[in-house]
Amino acid sequence: MEEEVFSDIDGKIISLDCQSHSSFCREFTISAAKVSIGKIMVYTCAVWLFAYAVFFFTENTAVLSSAIVVTLVGMMVHIHFVKIDHETLLIIGSLGVQVSSSYASGRESTTFIEMSKIKDIVINEAVHMQSIIYYLCILLKDSSNPEAVSSVVPLFQSSKPRLNCLVKVYKSCQEILACPDSLDNKSA
Amino acid sequence: MVLKIFFPQCCNRADSGLLVGQWIPGHNSAVVLAVIHYPFIPWQVKQYINEIQGQSHVELAVLGSWSMPKEGQEGMESFLRDLSTIFPQQHWLQLSRQIGEIGFRCQVLHRDQIGEEHMELTEEGDGEVFQTVAQGELLFSQDKYDDGPLKLTHWQSEGREASIIVELMKQASVPLCVLLTKLLVFWAWLCSLRLLNTRPVIFVSSKLSTCVQLSYRTEHLQMLSSTKRADTHAHFMRKANTFVSFLVDVALGMLLVSWLYRENRIGQLANALVPAADHVAEELEQLLQWLMGAPAGLKMNRALDQVLGRFFLYHIHLWISYIHLMSPFIEMILWYVGLSACLGLTFAISLLSDMVALLTFHIYCFYVYGARLYCMKVYGLSSLWRLFRGKKWNVLRQRVDSCCYDLDQLFIGTLLFTILLFLLPTTALYYLVFTLLRLVVVLFQGILHLSMEFINSFPLFAIGLKVARPYHLAAGVKFRVLCEEPGTPLHLMMEINPISCSTVVQTYRMPTYSCYPKDSWGALVKKLFLGELVYPWRHKGTKTD
Repeated sequence: MEEEVFSDIDGKIISLDCQSHSSFCREFTISAAKVSIGKIMVYTCAVWLFAYAVFFFTENTAVLSSAIVVTLVGMMVHIHFVKIDHETLLIIGSLGVQVSSSYASGRESTTFIEMSKIKDIVINEAVHMQSIIYYLCILLKDSSNPEAVSSVVPLFQSSKPRLNCLVKVYKSCQEILACPDSLDNKSA
Repeated sequence: MVLKIFFPQCCNRADSGLLVGQWIPGHNSAVVLAVIHYPFIPWQVKQYINEIQGQSHVELAVLGSWSMPKEGQEGMESFLRDLSTIFPQQHWLQLSRQIGEIGFRCQVLHRDQIGEEHMELTEEGDGEVFQTVAQGELLFSQDKYDDGPLKLTHWQSEGREASIIVELMKQASVPLCVLLTKLLVFWAWLCSLRLLNTRPVIFVSSKLSTCVQLSYRTEHLQMLSSTKRADTHAHFMRKANTFVSFLVDVALGMLLVSWLYRENRIGQLANALVPAADHVAEELEQLLQWLMGAPAGLKMNRALDQVLGRFFLYHIHLWISYIHLMSPFIEMILWYVGLSACLGLTFAISLLSDMVALLTFHIYCFYVYGARLYCMKVYGLSSLWRLFRGKKWNVLRQRVDSCCYDLDQLFIGTLLFTILLFLLPTTALYYLVFTLLRLVVVLFQGILHLSMEFINSFPLFAIGLKVARPYHLAAGVKFRVLCEEPGTPLHLMMEINPISCSTVVQTYRMPTYSCYPKDSWGALVKKLFLGELVYPWRHKGTKTD
């Protein structure tokens, strides 16, 4: 099987992992690049050099300790709340769709949407600054009017994969959504 | 269609027996609630299920058989299969598991045909398929450790979760509620006395934030002291949140009081109050002297300047005299009023806000004078400007119309317009200075009110519940794929997805008489420009001025 290299809308390399647990249950994981050590070192050095410069002028050691505290707290906040490691889409036919993002610190935030609320999974276009991007989204039904779309849940928001990756995921999802009654006759 | 079976995790290691639960036909799924162990007598099982069905109105049924054969129990499978004839069901589930294997094996026998179906098995960790289990509460009253004719295993058979503190509080709550109700009746009688219901008293009490906070807390206590059980989850959470935040409030208030009254800090505060007021008055006088001179190099109209300056200086002088008159009583008043901070930290904050409002009353008065003067000037100017151009405001049509004026009207109008125009900078400067002062005071009061509202509305109980027992508050479920062996159905683990902190605060926030900015920024600036009186914080539910 040829290895296709996927990238996100900014050109950074991402990886897509498709797992088919059964004929009606599939899991897609898109992982972004990890936190790069070079960037961390650059930021830390910049903050500390600035703190040293301020200390040189003010002779106040509180500046240095506060710079250390700020760096540590900033790094913790970044890996716990900002940096998303991978995003997963688990689609289970006739049960629902689960969207989860896991952060660099290990925290996971999950939402599960029942199949009865899902109208369809589509690829939408959006105008973002000066370019047009594609994103995969789930259309939710309105409880009062089944034909209308009540809201749109965009998927893979932080990884932002490009169209080739989205098409692959879309085709796979449509196979499951289109025929939930498919019976796969396995032998005992 | 895919058949879904919801199976509780606690029954993973249960002995062989019958599966009892409910079918949900619309979603083609079965919810297993309990396993009745072998040995059992089928008619007793039927009788028990009918009993539970009658009492709880849940459509329970025997769903199938569960077999986890231990050594020496061969032949169990065929016995259990024969049971399908005794308990008539459209679909008869046969779940089996070997010791040492992780997955289950599942077979479904249809009434009309025998065949294997595509299915998935969902094991529940801490959660349940909610409504079904909630309604099937009666089923869980018996378990395998009881001495009845039937031995059951279900999610509560390892023990129900309870807490001694909660039980003790339940016992203590009844007499407390009675006492609280009596106190509240007395308080309500006190508040409804004729003396306290006169118009001036009502007006003053609607302006003082202490009285507002007092009435708010009385409402809370009335809600808490009712002996009726909370019927919905939201109602229960609101009661619990109110109770916990009230306790924390009172505790913090007592802490504050103990800190204030130690080493007579309150006496020191009272002694510092009058000099502080003097200091403020002195600063104001200096400011006015500066305005009466040549402020920032601007040249004022001397006569008007002197008039306004002297007027305000006289005001300050009056105010200081009143403060000095009151100064011997201030310490005593402050001492007794400070004791009321025992009722809660919010009371202390509202008292502080009221004290600030009373002490800066002269700034408020100056602002009103300056604003009214400026407002009159601006309206006069705009009307005379229209006259200058030969137009008039038509009140009937609410628009500007052209108008033919007489010569003397035009003459006087132009004169007045010129006078007002050249006096504008002086008035505008006074207005600007006093508006800025007033805005500073309003900002400070606003911060105090916001912090009070935060204490009032923050759902402490819900946050504590989320931290200590996150599975009580759920934002949904999450699934995890357990194992996929070919030949076995797909196994998924269903767990409760705990709610996030921001959702907790948003959902369980208590409603307050919140102070919110009445005007948008644009409207506020426009009002300030025109000289209209500005009251940036408006209590919800009070009549506008």
